[in-house]
Amino acid sequence: MQDLTGVVDWSRLQFALTAIYHWLFVPLTLGLSVIVAIMESFYLKTKKDSWLRATKFWMRLFGINFAIGVATGLILEFEFGTNWSNYSWFVGDIFGAPLAIEGILAFFMESTFVAVMFFGWNKVSPKFHLASTWLTAIGASISALWILVANAWMQYPVGMEFDPDQMRNVMDNFWALFSGIAVNKFFHAVFSGWALAGVFVIGVSCWFLWKKRNTDFAMLSIKTAGWFGLVGILLTMYTGDGSAVEVTKHQPMKLAAMEGLYHGSKGQSLAAFAILNPDKDWDNTEDEYLMSIEIPYALSILGKHDPSAFVPGITDIINGVDINENGDTINTIPYQERIARGKLAQLALKQYAAAKESGDTATASIKLAELRDNYPYFGYGYFDSVDEAIPPVGLTFTMFRVMVILGSYFLFFFIATLFLAYKTQLLQKSTWIQWIAIISTPFMWLCSEAGWAVAEVGRQPWTVQDLLPCKAAISSIQSSSVVLTFWIFALVFTLLLVAELSIMFRTISKESQKQL
Amino acid sequence: MRDRIIKIWKFYYEGFREMTIGKTLWLIILLKLFVFFVIIKFLFFPNVLNSNFDNDQDRAAHVRRELTNPR
Repeated sequence: MQDLTGVVDWSRLQFALTAIYHWLFVPLTLGLSVIVAIMESFYLKTKKDSWLRATKFWMRLFGINFAIGVATGLILEFEFGTNWSNYSWFVGDIFGAPLAIEGILAFFMESTFVAVMFFGWNKVSPKFHLASTWLTAIGASISALWILVANAWMQYPVGMEFDPDQMRNVMDNFWALFSGIAVNKFFHAVFSGWALAGVFVIGVSCWFLWKKRNTDFAMLSIKTAGWFGLVGILLTMYTGDGSAVEVTKHQPMKLAAMEGLYHGSKGQSLAAFAILNPDKDWDNTEDEYLMSIEIPYALSILGKHDPSAFVPGITDIINGVDINENGDTINTIPYQERIARGKLAQLALKQYAAAKESGDTATASIKLAELRDNYPYFGYGYFDSVDEAIPPVGLTFTMFRVMVILGSYFLFFFIATLFLAYKTQLLQKSTWIQWIAIISTPFMWLCSEAGWAVAEVGRQPWTVQDLLPCKAAISSIQSSSVVLTFWIFALVFTLLLVAELSIMFRTISKESQKQL
Repeated sequence: MRDRIIKIWKFYYEGFREMTIGKTLWLIILLKLFVFFVIIKFLFFPNVLNSNFDNDQDRAAHVRRELTNPR
């Protein structure tokens, strides 16, 4: 007898663990590769040795991160085949295409030019070397594009039709994969990598300043990373705004969970700071917050770019209540009805298969039509009550605030860093400012991981929005095997992280003692 | 053509030979890939559908049973 809850929970935990570890390496690769390319471009333009030394130093740290992080994402694909086999089959055609392109095109592009980047100094022409550095950076981003397109499809499944004979969703429009959610998600993730790499370079450079080693090199790096990071964080905020609009449109339940909002209104405020009421449920009359400081109209502006727009809360969405842009109250499909229609879709699928097997084409045709009518709600049929369709509000709400507060802090951080770097000598003299920069560095990772937590926890209970919840996507396996592999991964990834940090710290320390 | 292949071979060979910290990194990469693909993948992460069913029709039938008979 399979322990379904145990398998689902442990498999989700395992996926979260591997994804969190994977994402420790990826954003630094995305951002640092561009910083290195920018520095090398300046070297080629000015022929100043300071740019060359900076390029080589940061390229070395990029190499450490790239080497240790590479292939950690493959583990996620192993998990698809073992823990999430129903999901893998159900979406195979859609999910397979972007991942295959990622593997063939981006990975080979990246790995070819990485070799030229590291081995090619004085062996290929300077221009070809620079082109290879840029192509490595571009290859890393293209690699991320396909993964993020696949992830976005899970949040907003489009461009496919379900084939009940194959039991698969078959792609009928490749370009539909590049939805607004996918485009925003891609740029949001890449630009956040720029900001993260900016903070990393500033943090390491401030350590140089604190040690009073290679201060000219450190100031050059800080100025470059400061501008780069500032552009990165501003673009991250811009694309984050785009993501909020897309989430409001296509995943209103996620937006409501991000805000802990149960009863929406026109001109909806946003809780800048709030303590959620643990007794609040969608069907009781308790207050949403124990205390809150709210910004008037902010959620309506964030989600719909209209201060007077209606933003539905969890209870509204469950009851099927919404108000359109003309101010008319409209009914969406209430969750009880979605559950009923989902069960109808599943029954129709079962009856279609039986009719097909017995050669009863007339019944098969009727059941296929029933399935098609109710397919948009297919996944709701797995729920016994609407409570199961609500994401974990507390975690989504908290992670959203961690992301936004830290993101805002890092905007201030880049502005302050640039001001101090250009206008005063304070950055070179003040130990406490240097230490603020050093200590801030890991918080940028926390900010980035929190963003993913909002995206992934907020879309629960779905693996594929509206079509396949986690509990249906799971394989028929024992929870004990997932528990075992969870701890193996925890050990392997922790060792990799320790290796990364130890090699990186040693390299930074050793290089800092040379003339850079 | 032959010269070009030799040139590429030398490029990589000398590049690897001249690496300092890179040797440690390559050791980590190889060890990691061994652990991932040989230990983890083969011992702990079989592809459930590929290892239990012979063809796509059987796999589809299994997934249909799973998805139309919720646990």
